[in-house]
Amino acid sequence: MKARRSMLFVPGDNPAMLSTAFVYKPDSVMFDLEDAVSPREKDSARFLVFHALSLAAYKDIERVVRINRLDSEYGLKDLAVAVKGRADVVRLPKTDSAEDIRELEAHVTRLEKEYGHPTGETKLIAAIESASGVVNALTIATASPRMIAIALAGFDYLVDMQTRRSGGSEPELFYARATVLHAARAARIDAFDVAYGDVNDDEGFLREVQIAKQLGFNGKSLIHPRQVDLLHRAYAPTEKELERAKRVIAAAEAAHRNGLGVVSLDGKMIDPPVIHEAELVLSRVQVA
Amino acid sequence: MKILKEAIAGTLESSDLLVKVAPNNTGTLDVVIRSEVIKQFGKQIRRVIDETLGKLEVSQGSVVVEDKGALDYAIRARVQAAVQRGAAAEDLKLEQLS
Repeated sequence: MKARRSMLFVPGDNPAMLSTAFVYKPDSVMFDLEDAVSPREKDSARFLVFHALSLAAYKDIERVVRINRLDSEYGLKDLAVAVKGRADVVRLPKTDSAEDIRELEAHVTRLEKEYGHPTGETKLIAAIESASGVVNALTIATASPRMIAIALAGFDYLVDMQTRRSGGSEPELFYARATVLHAARAARIDAFDVAYGDVNDDEGFLREVQIAKQLGFNGKSLIHPRQVDLLHRAYAPTEKELERAKRVIAAAEAAHRNGLGVVSLDGKMIDPPVIHEAELVLSRVQVA
Repeated sequence: MKILKEAIAGTLESSDLLVKVAPNNTGTLDVVIRSEVIKQFGKQIRRVIDETLGKLEVSQGSVVVEDKGALDYAIRARVQAAVQRGAAAEDLKLEQLS
């Protein structure tokens, strides 16, 4: 199991950041062609992202490209570059309905055929940034077998909801977080919590990480490299959790080797959810 | 691909480069490179630029590159962007990029 805790945003028009983001060891790196790139630099950023996708430094990091919406003049051009460059994942911003994903999927399938790539190799993430998106989260999450995650984007969502961030326990995001997370879990895909905008406020960031972790999010979208290590440390298991997880996996493997259907540890039955949880714990060991 | 007008792409920030393209009347392709690392990497930078222009079938015009220590991938990208802008072209064929 590979962890998907940190998705680090990298502006698509910044060569220095595009070629160095790997050193922070995020689980996923997201080359951004959308909000981080001004309209007059979209064309140039597309070339940079295309070539950055083939940098050897990213071979062990999931490479995500955030495209512009398909109904913009940039969306399809961005998508062509992402698919041609063999991005692992395309992240669609402002996803309001399952139809947005189905439309994206049709274009991805067409492009994979055009470039001679295996159909289905490009995965999808939907970013949910509106009340409609939250309400439609489950149908979005299940709209395509290519879907691997949904991500809640807080800023646009809260504008749509006519409110703003409060800090603290953030009641204004509770419904959206719970809904998006339930949709992801029901669809058996991952869920990313909102990005935290104040990069100098470690305390606020970690408070929000704890909320996301406790709710059950896989991780967060990150807008600054220094947030990667903070997040990984917050998600890292304790010694006790780690020890227990190792023993669970060892017991499961031993039972499998011996052809036993039933696994027990310390006299207690271990069922598949327990094994899955142990795998999740082990996947979160690596810190940046 | 023919360069029809002046165009630039890139920046003068570290790890980037600024590429200026313009048409010329001589029928030749003139490439001028300025770089802080010309002594160490001049040949490599030249090779990447020539290769990129070749794939785009740019055979005449003026190309001025101000390099700030960019990696090969950024050099390719900025040259391609400048040529696309200067040729007032529709998007380049993706087959020509790699």
